Amino acid sequence: MTTNSIGAVATEYFTFAEDEPFCLESGETLQPVTLAYETYGALNADRSNAILVCHALSGSAHAAGRLDGDPDKLGWWEDTIGPGKAFDTDRFFVICSNVIGSCYGSTGPASLDPATGKPYGLNFPVVTVGDMVRAQVALIDHLGIDKLLCVAGGSMGGMQVLEWAAHHPQRVHAAIPIATTAHHSPMLIAFSEVGRQAIYADPAWQHGAYYDKAQKPDAGLAVARMVGHITYLSEESMHLKFGRRLQGLEKYGYEFETEFEVESYLKYNGHKFTQRFDANSYLYVTKAMDYFDLTQPTGTLAAAFAAATHVKFLVISFTSDWLYPSYHSTQLVSALTATGVDVTYLDVKSSWGHDAFLLEVETMTNLLSSFLDRLVREERVAAPAGYALHTRLASAGAPVLPRIHLADNLA
Amino acid sequence: MSTQPVSPISVQTPQLRPDLLAIADLIAPGVRVLDIGCGDGALLEYLRDRKQVKGRGIELTEAGVLACVRRGLSVRQGNVQEGLADYPDQSFDAVILSQTLPFLDDPAMVLGEMLRVGRTAVVSFSNWGHWRCRLELLITGRIPVAVDLPQQWYESPRRQPFSVTDFARFCRKIGITIDRQVYMNRGLRVRTGRFKNLLSTTAVFTLHRRVEA
Repeated sequence: MTTNSIGAVATEYFTFAEDEPFCLESGETLQPVTLAYETYGALNADRSNAILVCHALSGSAHAAGRLDGDPDKLGWWEDTIGPGKAFDTDRFFVICSNVIGSCYGSTGPASLDPATGKPYGLNFPVVTVGDMVRAQVALIDHLGIDKLLCVAGGSMGGMQVLEWAAHHPQRVHAAIPIATTAHHSPMLIAFSEVGRQAIYADPAWQHGAYYDKAQKPDAGLAVARMVGHITYLSEESMHLKFGRRLQGLEKYGYEFETEFEVESYLKYNGHKFTQRFDANSYLYVTKAMDYFDLTQPTGTLAAAFAAATHVKFLVISFTSDWLYPSYHSTQLVSALTATGVDVTYLDVKSSWGHDAFLLEVETMTNLLSSFLDRLVREERVAAPAGYALHTRLASAGAPVLPRIHLADNLA
Repeated sequence: MSTQPVSPISVQTPQLRPDLLAIADLIAPGVRVLDIGCGDGALLEYLRDRKQVKGRGIELTEAGVLACVRRGLSVRQGNVQEGLADYPDQSFDAVILSQTLPFLDDPAMVLGEMLRVGRTAVVSFSNWGHWRCRLELLITGRIPVAVDLPQQWYESPRRQPFSVTDFARFCRKIGITIDRQVYMNRGLRVRTGRFKNLLSTTAVFTLHRRVEA
């Protein structure tokens, strides 16, 4: 075992709202709703060791392991979820579900509209982060979990974390919002809109009715992704990653081909994205983020967490993240402190911009695993059946004993 | 296979710095404590494990915050010099400031905030009024380093040296009463009699806001 991976995993599906429609914040309804989800590890006897991780804009339910055993399909938070990792699957039952509006198995604009038998396209109702989270609540109910040990996620995943804490506080012991905001800023809305405009401007978009066409709005979606990628980096990380280096050239060609490495990177990632993401989903999910504002309706952030005073927070931001600058997190921390919430906060020094939340693995692992150890102690969380004593001791900081994993015991 | 029993929770408490131990002795069991500039969290951990104190910390450095989180403490990265504006009035029983006073731009503001947020403030600081400091200036003509804070002026952040007497006058001026007093000489508690300023290298005080008659 070289990477401590959870191993082969499979995506599961949960369908609800078949009889009663699922009401959305917009006033519209969805019926039925399917959520794609994955789980790792095992529930303990009193179902108190469940952790929900929430994905970002383009993520999926596949957070860890090798999807269907394929070694090329590693989870998006592979470094953080697995045996002995920050979200230790020997100790915790980790759940990740694809948000509604997305395109990885959960109901979204590419799903079939039961009224017409065709893909929804733009007939899909606009969803919000609040709607995404209420769908997750239905999944947690379905899994028989009364209260999550914690909800964690970065970027849009962090918005879902805050939504859980603010509007479903009785369902969570702890919240870990990372590199995120409690209210989407005008700059963030502006970047979302540039991405959407790129998609609208692609003639192949056809007002969202392209699912039966040979040509998809790939050019528009690729540009949207390129803009996104710029915002996930920092000026410093672009210097480090690309500099002014040329891609496969000795000198300037004085022409409009891809010359600089940074151009090549954006072009490659833009193109790669079109092979895995749906343009309409990009519109819906970015719109959901733009609507996110926990200061409403009272105008103050502290009021949003008035019922969440028991929730323990670990808030993490990154010094070079200019998309969700650290002041968004310090404002959140101030509001939580004023409400009397137990909040731990660190602005991690990093050069990697917004992407740091997936890249600063060592610091993140230190923070997450220590915080989870504390939760386990304070909430008296039992380990799942079959969890080796040695593992428990080693993870609690006792350095002397070798780790023995459940899988090894069974082998 | 080794079978020696190992507790899942670290029970060994490393030697606590003497002034922190003196502070801990002044904290009642089970109270709510805010330690501002809590460093690596050694005091908060001690108070939690030995006195069941509900502690929170504020720490400026990333290394300090990480160390506190590793100890399972609730800590928030922040700069004490920016005040404690987010904290509601009287939300803690005690607010601790250890070995930080000489480094503050505006100690009156910080002490005022400590006594707004907490019922009691507990401070420890090095005393430049100790006889060795006086003698050093007199004999060598060099500005003395504090006995318990031995960095040279060029080795540490900018600081304002002051003595026990200076601090007592300052407290009177800003309406703060010094209550309990512990005087230490190089880590040991000392009886100083009338010569508190002359014989102590570090002082530990609890402070209250003066109640106007």
